[in-house]
Amino acid sequence: MARVIGAVVVDKEECKGCSVCVDACPHDVLALHFEVNSKGYHYSYMKSPEACVGCANCGVVCPDTCITVYRTKAS
Amino acid sequence: MELKEVTKTEGTMDIQDILKPENLVYQKTKLLTDTPMHYCPGCSHGVVHKILAELIDEMGIQERSVGVAPVGCAVFAYNYIDIDWQEAAHGRAPAVATGIARVNPDAFVFTYQGDGDLASIGAAEIMHACNRGENILVVFINNGIYGMTGGQMAPTTLEGMVTATTPYGRNTDLNGYPMRITNLIAQLPGTSYVTRQAVHTAGGVRKCKRALKKAIQNVLDKKGTSFVEVVSTCNSGWKLSPVAANKWMEENMIPYYPLGDMKDSVKGEHSEN
Amino acid sequence: MGEIKLMKGNEVLAEAAIRCGCDGYFGYPITPQSEVMETLMVREPWKETGMVVLQAESEVASINMVYGAAATGKKVMTSSSSPGISLMAEGISYLAGAELPCLLVNVQRGGPGLGTIQPSQADYFQAVKGGGHGDYKLIVLAPSSVQEMNDFVDLGFELAFKYRNPAMILADGAIGQMMEKVELADYKPRWTKEEVAEKNGDWATTGKPASRKKNVITSLEMASNDMEVRNINLQAKYRKMEEEDVRYEAIQCDDAEFILVAFGTAARVCQKAVEVAREKGLKVGLLRPVTLFPFPKKIIKELARKTAGFLSVEMSAGQMVEDIKLAVYDAGSNARVDHFGRMGGIIPTPTEVVEALEDKFSWELSYGVKRSY
Ligand SMILES: Cc1ncc(C[n+]2csc(CCOP(=O)(O)OP(=O)(O)O)c2C)c(N)n1
Ligand code: SF4
Ligand code: SF4
Ligand code: SF4
Ligand SMILES: [Mg+2]
Repeated sequence: MARVIGAVVVDKEECKGCSVCVDACPHDVLALHFEVNSKGYHYSYMKSPEACVGCANCGVVCPDTCITVYRTKAS
Repeated sequence: MELKEVTKTEGTMDIQDILKPENLVYQKTKLLTDTPMHYCPGCSHGVVHKILAELIDEMGIQERSVGVAPVGCAVFAYNYIDIDWQEAAHGRAPAVATGIARVNPDAFVFTYQGDGDLASIGAAEIMHACNRGENILVVFINNGIYGMTGGQMAPTTLEGMVTATTPYGRNTDLNGYPMRITNLIAQLPGTSYVTRQAVHTAGGVRKCKRALKKAIQNVLDKKGTSFVEVVSTCNSGWKLSPVAANKWMEENMIPYYPLGDMKDSVKGEHSEN
Repeated sequence: MGEIKLMKGNEVLAEAAIRCGCDGYFGYPITPQSEVMETLMVREPWKETGMVVLQAESEVASINMVYGAAATGKKVMTSSSSPGISLMAEGISYLAGAELPCLLVNVQRGGPGLGTIQPSQADYFQAVKGGGHGDYKLIVLAPSSVQEMNDFVDLGFELAFKYRNPAMILADGAIGQMMEKVELADYKPRWTKEEVAEKNGDWATTGKPASRKKNVITSLEMASNDMEVRNINLQAKYRKMEEEDVRYEAIQCDDAEFILVAFGTAARVCQKAVEVAREKGLKVGLLRPVTLFPFPKKIIKELARKTAGFLSVEMSAGQMVEDIKLAVYDAGSNARVDHFGRMGGIIPTPTEVVEALEDKFSWELSYGVKRSY
């Protein structure tokens, strides 16, 4: 059966590290990186990319619209 | 873009095969400008701006839209959504929007106001604009506090809540009671659609977007004033992390300000539920 | 010749607004100017020209409705009387700060406080020096007849749009309430949507087409440097007004040894006072500022070089007199400047004015006026 898989791209320079996306992800895909961006924020990234289903919850809740979401079906 | 860290593990599809234009399901709307928002990390204002921008784009009304920015943290809303804007004096946005809409009946005019702006200093203007049934959308950000000026008490501040001007908690003997102004607004025959939403979860954001869409459509259909309250966080003012603020809001704000539609009608008709 | 009618000043304001293609009026009732909105409501111009008329919930709301509507590049106005104008102060400052054209009318009554509904000129400072916060100026026109109540509506809009600045007609209860013969203006059509876009599309909130950047009407600048630049530009605009748009009327000033300076209703009284004085053999003239800002400083400076004294006649404790003194001081003249006024809603009589002149300038009248001017 085709499995839905997804991936997100975080605009790490725009990210303010608020962690709202991390909290909103139903599959614990995201985490804040130990590194910081040029503004000094620990930006969000896909810590467990294999778990992403492309549901876009993270993108929808991000107040700074830094997340782009892709979704497809795995063959 | 940093792609190295998002490479999928073996056995599943390669990340590059997913990140293709045909698989795109969510991205920043072109109606949002490239100016980074000045809001604190995790602030609800950004989410509400985003869904408004998405709707203006999706509904194809950019050329008809005029936004009225308040005095409050959202004073710079005009930097973020790519439409014509006007910045109003504290509390006067509904009167400003009335002026715009009356001489431009084809325009889609909305105000974007905080709880201090709308429920305190601008209480008269919002009541009368709604009572006249001005053909405008009112977006009301209720974060229970004066965010911009450093976290003082708002009319909506909960009983016992600590703010800069209620350092021992809001005392109802001294300060009166948290004001459910949206319930009062719903009583006014000039309003058509009155609802209370929240944007702290993905489901909430999607619901709020549907509510805003209906509200905008009502304005386009000249049904009267549409009023959308968004129970929001001000994590800086509340002195909580963004995620903790969302939880606090769910546990404390929403029970006092329950979500849902309060009125769905056309102006002149009473059908509160 | 336009249509001739016998009308009240306040009614003429309303009629002139309709005829000059005004797009909207927002107001709140207050004596002695309520006839403006009442006349508009009887005329129902929305059926005729499409002009919007709305009774707001307060003066705070009406000025902010003007602020919103003016931002869209249309011709809009409000009218009120003294206490109402005080309430509008914040909004007027925003209009000036955001550089929006609009027409404001103050049919003054006596203050302070609730005061009296009788005519007064005690809002001169409020109109020409500020009233609201910040370094701003209004273009202030002072009508002294019902005819000028008619003429200054169109002129006010013209100047407001020339400078993208609020213009104010500073009338008083007497001008608003009196009936006089007036020649009404011919109808001018309201600007079409296309005309508004063409004239004001580069700044107004007409709705953003793909062809231009978004227009934002604001008076806010967070950076001090940017805010100072804004202020410098405003000041340059006010200097241009002083260069190009000063208006006044000089009556029998050529040979005058004493000059009465008065505007509005006081100027009508002074015109009669000049006659009375001349009958007595006193060489008296009248300078009537028509624009209170920009103030007619230049002509005062010129007159200061050949005149013994100026008497500012005002229905107030003496406000314009300060501007006359500044102009005379600038001229380096030692012509004396004094003030005569009645307050509380009282209009001085011509005889009172002449007596005040004789009293205040008794030294010059006894010992001759040919001092070194
Ligand atoms: C006439 C006037 N009074 C007071 C202020 C100061 N002031 C600016 S924002 C604000 C409160 C804003 O609170 P709210 O409307 O709740 O917006 P938030 O920042 O919480 O989004 C106040 C009191 C002002 N700018 N103008
Ligand atoms: S798209 Fe859904 S599953 Fe993937 S990271 Fe975002 S919230 Fe998590
Ligand atoms: S919600 Fe947006 S800003 Fe906040 S951490 Fe996630 S990506 Fe960054
Ligand atoms: S102070 Fe509060 S309302 Fe203002 S931006 Fe920060 S979190 Fe948002
Ligand atoms: Mg607030």
